[in-house]
Amino acid sequence: MSTRLSRGGRLIDRSTAQDFTFNGKRLRGLQGDTLASALLANDQMLVGRSFKYHRPRGIVASGPEEPNALMNLGIGERLEPNQRATTTELFDGLEAASQNHWPSLEFDVGVINNYAARFLPAGFYYKTFIHPRAAWKHIFEPVIRHSAGLGKAPKQRDADRYEQAYAFCDLLIIGGGVAGLQAALTAGQAGQRVILLEQSPHLGGRAMVDADLIDGNSPESWMAVTTDALARMDNVTIRIRTTGAGVYDHGYVLADERIADHTPGDGRPKQRLWRIRAAHIVTATGAIERPLAFAGNDVPGVMLASAVRDYVVNYAVSPGDRTVIVTNNDDAYRTAIALKSAGLEVPIVVDARTEVTGDLPTKARAMGIRVETGRAIAKVQGGKRVTGVSLCLHAGEGAVVEDIQCDAVAMSGGWSPVVHLWSHCGGKLTWDEGIAAFVPNPARPPVNHDGSAMVTVAGAAAGVFGTDQALESGAAVVTTVGTDARQMPDRKPTDNILPVWVMPQGAAPALRNKMWLDYQNDVKVSDVQLAAREGYESVEHTKRYTTLGMATDQGKLSNINGLAVLSQALNAEIRAVGTTTFRPPYTPVTLGTLAGEARGDIFQPLRKTPMHEWHLKSGAYFEPVGLWRRPYCFPQPGETHEQAVHREVLNTRQNLGLLDASTLGKIVVKGPDAGRFLDMLYTGVMSTLPIGKCRYGLMCNEQGFLSDDGVVARIDEDTWLCHTTSGGADRIHAWMEDWLQCEWWDWQVYTASVTEQYAQVAVVGPNARNLLQALGGMDVSKDALPLMQWADGNLGGFPVRVYRISFSGELSYEIAVPASHGLAFWNACIEAGKSLKIMPYGTEALHVMRAEKGFIMIGDETDGTVIPQDLGLAWAISKKKPDYLGKRGQERPHLASPDRWKLVGFETLEGSVIPDGAYILADGSNDNGQRNTQGRVTSTYRSPTLNRGIAMGLLRRGPDRMGEVVSFNTVTGGTVEARVVNPVFYDPDGEKQNV
Amino acid sequence: MSDPVSALGGCRFDGFAKVQEVGPLGMITLRAKDLKGLAKAIKAVTGAKVPDMRRVTRSSDRICAWMSPDEYLLILPYTDVSSALGLIAKALANEHHLAVDVSDARAVFQIRGADAGQVLRKLCPVDLDRMAPDEIRRSRAAQVAVAFWTDVDGYTLVSFRSVAGYVMELLSHSAQPGSEL
Repeated sequence: MSTRLSRGGRLIDRSTAQDFTFNGKRLRGLQGDTLASALLANDQMLVGRSFKYHRPRGIVASGPEEPNALMNLGIGERLEPNQRATTTELFDGLEAASQNHWPSLEFDVGVINNYAARFLPAGFYYKTFIHPRAAWKHIFEPVIRHSAGLGKAPKQRDADRYEQAYAFCDLLIIGGGVAGLQAALTAGQAGQRVILLEQSPHLGGRAMVDADLIDGNSPESWMAVTTDALARMDNVTIRIRTTGAGVYDHGYVLADERIADHTPGDGRPKQRLWRIRAAHIVTATGAIERPLAFAGNDVPGVMLASAVRDYVVNYAVSPGDRTVIVTNNDDAYRTAIALKSAGLEVPIVVDARTEVTGDLPTKARAMGIRVETGRAIAKVQGGKRVTGVSLCLHAGEGAVVEDIQCDAVAMSGGWSPVVHLWSHCGGKLTWDEGIAAFVPNPARPPVNHDGSAMVTVAGAAAGVFGTDQALESGAAVVTTVGTDARQMPDRKPTDNILPVWVMPQGAAPALRNKMWLDYQNDVKVSDVQLAAREGYESVEHTKRYTTLGMATDQGKLSNINGLAVLSQALNAEIRAVGTTTFRPPYTPVTLGTLAGEARGDIFQPLRKTPMHEWHLKSGAYFEPVGLWRRPYCFPQPGETHEQAVHREVLNTRQNLGLLDASTLGKIVVKGPDAGRFLDMLYTGVMSTLPIGKCRYGLMCNEQGFLSDDGVVARIDEDTWLCHTTSGGADRIHAWMEDWLQCEWWDWQVYTASVTEQYAQVAVVGPNARNLLQALGGMDVSKDALPLMQWADGNLGGFPVRVYRISFSGELSYEIAVPASHGLAFWNACIEAGKSLKIMPYGTEALHVMRAEKGFIMIGDETDGTVIPQDLGLAWAISKKKPDYLGKRGQERPHLASPDRWKLVGFETLEGSVIPDGAYILADGSNDNGQRNTQGRVTSTYRSPTLNRGIAMGLLRRGPDRMGEVVSFNTVTGGTVEARVVNPVFYDPDGEKQNV
Repeated sequence: MSDPVSALGGCRFDGFAKVQEVGPLGMITLRAKDLKGLAKAIKAVTGAKVPDMRRVTRSSDRICAWMSPDEYLLILPYTDVSSALGLIAKALANEHHLAVDVSDARAVFQIRGADAGQVLRKLCPVDLDRMAPDEIRRSRAAQVAVAFWTDVDGYTLVSFRSVAGYVMELLSHSAQPGSEL
């Protein structure tokens, strides 16, 4: 039985009980417990089922390396799967449920896989489910996905909020153990700006459990003095509950702060992602104890030796009354001593080494603990709980020499430095025989832009153990920053470790089949050995073939043991086999934290025109245009969107329409060389444009492809205003600056974007002039303001600039008014236009009307492969100019070919609408057996004005083929026949816009 | 003529810092470099000196901010913009420059309180500890461009007008009580 001890418990507050549930069962823990310690205190050793074989699994560890105790935490809008019980702080009302079992944790049907284990070897997916081919998709994969899985995906919207924050420092220390704290103290005293991160809620690291003295003081008093000194330094920031998740180039570190995980619903953000830029990084991330691979090492009750003493010392929880210790090193004796000191029984310490003479074993022996050397565990007895162990000789094959009853096993296979953060950005490792572990190689650190070391390692993460060495290396890392010191630390072996990768060393197959390496993904010693026999030599390939280290714990416990077993199977040195790649994050970071504030209304910026709220109130149906939302149409009650668009088109053509055109790009270009500049940018001539006039222009990229279009107005002698498309506003401004700053830097031209300075309102239709006259204030008559001219003035008391331009073919004015007056001007138009049958119209009506007029739209008629000549726009290209951007490109044979697909109009023979995206069929098929094509539709609508389908499209030699009938394909099969016609369907002579 | 209306009509949020949209504020983008009349033009409009790189200069409520090696932002009362443009045109009459009214293209926010900086630390990749009192930063707040400078009891932040709602939501989200850094 695991239970709460009557005294002790460094981190718990016995006066504050906290109630929680596990699989619906009401349990009670104490303030300061982790979920894991509280479960153990309630004798809940069985906490989950394994991924593949559904074997019963118990708590193994006491920290983030825990592979088994993964929980569905919370319910509904606060459900989080795969939460590690060992790092979950208990709170009153916590609801946890175990994962990966059906129908229940105690009785799981999936355990049948366990008995079929010999049919589920490494790589069984690849071997078993090959034939028949179709079965994978329809049978095998769905079944496997159903049976294999961890937590439940949350289905409700997350109730919590998240945020991110930026921080900067001279020294970022990851890890708040003795080495990290000493580094912070040293750097803090030197006046550096220091940030220290500690993943747990407590500083001090392992020393608080393991150390007798720190720097001659008790651990508690050293901690009190140190934290007090740090607290008094304004230049040192300490963040607990914050995990250094990833190290990236240029000293960039992501850290995950858990703010309200343990106080859900208290109004604080749940988690915060820190984005830290550090001049230098110290990883003082400690070490993780390794399991030993013996048969039955996954039976609930088998735990890491360090975890066992953590539970006893920190939480006053004993995993069992009788705990067998199995080890290959001296450190595990601390557990024996801690258990004995807590009044618990340690029937035996099973030590694989033949000679055991260290201080700790000597102390253990002196306490009367039985120590057997050269021994191993042949097998753990028990199913859902350890009931005993069978011992054998470590040197042998597993013949049982003794059975011992116990209810827990504490194992230690040595310690692996946490090298993850060192490795994220390219720090190299070296195998240290003395401690049987990979350690950072200081000669090959992750480097900064100038080749200097970006990361230094301190304490156990560097492979130096014990508080004296932690203090020494913590101080040393600070003083060596910026120097070329790249020597291996002087490692004083504290343990006489005997590398043990398989226990006993000559274990027979039946035992190796029950030795777990990766608990979470159910990878055993036999799987890795099988992979080696099947030819897998690379550790990366073996990882993927066996899934070793690929679970949510990313192999924190299994990687080293796995690659050691592989190296033995390959008869290679461990250093030659190497490790798999360490990638961020160190522990899982929830997606909410990565998204930060970017969800809901601020998922992405929403750009609004000054009239946006009016559109909203008027029931506009919006469409995204870049980051803008523009009204697609303004449906009236009972209207479909299509009906609304038709009404808006007809009303505009017959009466008066009002369009919010504020999103149009507006760029002021000024300077002595501005005319020359615009002549290069546009295909036409802008330098000769008279003041007060407007000209339509096209811009191409260097390849000659059409990039943007718009109307340019000449404002004064050296000032032009360039209108761009809504989507092109930022891009074209950047394009202009690119040419001015990088290519034509000696030209005297300045640009400025005034896109958002103005609300722009298009007043369109036969009544347009009447409306402006009703508003009053300036002469907008045909003579005073003819087509393609502009004038400054005021309308209805508003300061305006009126452009007489038309994108609809109707009498039309576009009126620019300062954005701060935009809504008021819009309202004034609506009010004054009531008697003129004014109606707002949206982007779709705009599109339909321009298509009726045969006007092209960037993005519809163009797709980055179309040149102006393809679109019948040769008239807008100056033949006289020596050069413009795109001219040379357009002279290339393929672009100059008469065979290009060119713009024409289409009318279906029966008046229907050609489907969007339809291709024009040509005879025969290509080499891939696909039907040949000779063109495609680019814009297709039902014209309310003409009451039939109209379309524009690109057709091979199109303008030469007027009157011809061509076939378009359709999505549903069959074809649509259409006649090639002039693309200007409405008012081809332009009489209506010129009144 | 109607009164000018700022993007959010003076919307405010009181969290651990106070956020308020203010304005409209007069703003002129002045593009010019190494001109004889530059100091005079800036002085005429703002009363302030030509700022050094990444600095603002002030004279009472008027500000001149360095925006790039050839761009300044002049901040003044909204109603004074057109006369200010006249003053610039006069001072730089025969020199190549561009002065343009951008008052309506912007939204302005004040973030006030002892912890005002924390609001920005959550949104802008800027080392505020190293920001001088008269420094301006062109940066971003989450996904959009902003500029900000220190002010009495906090910061003044400028964004484009179209994203004013987004910026207000960002600032409010970041200033929520209980989320102090």
